[in-house]
Amino acid sequence: MSRIQVSCTVNGDPVDFLCDADGSLLNSLRDELGLTGVKEGCGTGDCGACSILLDGELNCSCLIFAPEAEGTTITTVEGLANGDHLTPLQQCFLEGAALQCGICTPGVLVAATSLLNHNPNPTETEIRYALAGNLCRCTGYDKIVRAVREAAAQIRETSA
Amino acid sequence: MGTLSRLARRLADLVGAHRAALQPAVCGPGIAKLGATPLDGLPSVGLARLRGTHLKYFAPSTVEEAVGLLAQPNTKVFAGATDVIPQIRAGRPEPDALVDLKKIDRLIAVQCTDAKWIIGAATPTARLTANAEFSAEFPGLAEAAGLIGSDQVQSRSSLGGNLCNASPAADSVPAMIVNGARVVIATANGGTRSVAVQDVPTGPGRTSLAPGEFVVEIEVDRAPARTADAYLRMIPRTEMDIAVVGVGVRVTLDESGKVTDALVALGAVAPTVVRVPAAEAALIGSTLDDAALAVAAAAASAACNPIDDKRGTIAYRTHVAGVLTRRAAVIAGQRAAEKNGASR
Ligand SMILES: Cc1cc2nc3c(=O)[nH]c(=O)nc-3n(C[C@H](O)[C@H](O)[C@H](O)COP(=O)(O)OP(=O)(O)OC[C@H]3O[C@@H](n4cnc5c(N)ncnc54)[C@H](O)[C@@H]3O)c2cc1C
Ligand code: FES
Ligand code: FES
Repeated sequence: MSRIQVSCTVNGDPVDFLCDADGSLLNSLRDELGLTGVKEGCGTGDCGACSILLDGELNCSCLIFAPEAEGTTITTVEGLANGDHLTPLQQCFLEGAALQCGICTPGVLVAATSLLNHNPNPTETEIRYALAGNLCRCTGYDKIVRAVREAAAQIRETSA
Repeated sequence: MGTLSRLARRLADLVGAHRAALQPAVCGPGIAKLGATPLDGLPSVGLARLRGTHLKYFAPSTVEEAVGLLAQPNTKVFAGATDVIPQIRAGRPEPDALVDLKKIDRLIAVQCTDAKWIIGAATPTARLTANAEFSAEFPGLAEAAGLIGSDQVQSRSSLGGNLCNASPAADSVPAMIVNGARVVIATANGGTRSVAVQDVPTGPGRTSLAPGEFVVEIEVDRAPARTADAYLRMIPRTEMDIAVVGVGVRVTLDESGKVTDALVALGAVAPTVVRVPAAEAALIGSTLDDAALAVAAAAASAACNPIDDKRGTIAYRTHVAGVLTRRAAVIAGQRAAEKNGASR
């Protein structure tokens, strides 16, 4: 047996970890790097709780073999805020009560961040499609969608 | 995963980290980059063996390198792994080695020549559908590719994987077939061969690829003038589901709006995607009028040999295949007419 060493950048920091060839990036992020904001809901790409940005693109970390992370740049929910300073999206989720149990929230925040990076003024339909890969069994989605719209408006205002 | 196996994993991780610390030269970054994980020569630890850590991971950067790796028995290629990982997690036997095709430039590329489009087999579908020229020329194929999973899945899923996973419900396959797509296959002796997309899947989960072969790229001839495709699928939800029926149609019109060529392919209604020559014949020579569409729809229903399951009964799938064939033919016809005289 031998394990594979992976070097990558996570939330701005260079990191190294050891993994098995068939280990999931999700498990490495959680168990090796302690980034437990990345959640495992299904392990098979259906729920989006494990969402991360990999080289800027939205991905399920459960659908990535850990060795694939070599040389990549990863952002998890832990990397969204600037210290204690939440992003407008995170602030809108808090203020709009867009979460209940919270297990889906990290993945939703990462997916919505990816949406707003690509589309600063999404329609409700666009938000719903963009978040189709993120399941929430609590909120019924309405408050999530509203929080994303509100955040988009705030971001547009401050960057205008 | 059960608590016990989680514990085992954690313990074995600790053991692995400790051993790696003892053996820096073996587990150094240089080796990790190559993807090779040579056995470190230490006696194996019980827990580690339980976890089957014999599995190797390779990320070759050339087709030749990948062909060489595939000479080893029980080696599996993957592109996005959006089928492979759920299958492994569901308990499907693991290979001895995994070969990631995404580091080979040719497999992650979308190119267009005067004659054809060449799509690297491992190209993420998000990258393909973001190509505006491609999507304008093949709106149906772009729609079909874009239907695969969520945005998360789209960052990884590939046409090569969708085809070689050989699900009868694979969304891009009917759309590739109606556009006459071919695949270029790297063969075990270092050569290549080209076959029609429809000749790749031979049944659920089975393909005509020989051991050691893999798909390098997908080729689609440039669309002729006044030609357009459409793909429609029926799923019980709006997103994130597998087709109960999928239908690809492509038509070519003459200047008067009469159909001069038509291709119809159905997904999820038989062990492989099926072409429907009788539906094609009904559309050719017509102006996509009601009578011709009714004959084409009936022919599509007649071509179905579906399974009966909780997602769709035989009667339902058979009926819906006809309905979607009619609708897809109308959409393809409208698009072809909009292209008018423009060659593309
Ligand atoms: C949440 C979720 C939703 C999904 N929704 C859909 C959907 O709506 N429609 C749909 O059609 N599919 C869907 N899928 C299935 C899957 O995403 C697609 O089939 C995808 O196109 C597979 O591509 P991949 O690159 O990830 O394949 P991989 O998992 O990498 O490979 C799939 C198979 O093909 C083989 N293979 C891959 N590339 C090659 C190659 N170049 N040459 C030879 N063999 C190769 C692999 O060995 C493996 O057997 C979904 C999957 C998930 C997880
Ligand atoms: S844990 Fe990755 S999608 Fe559910
Ligand atoms: S808040 Fe509970 S699953 Fe979304």
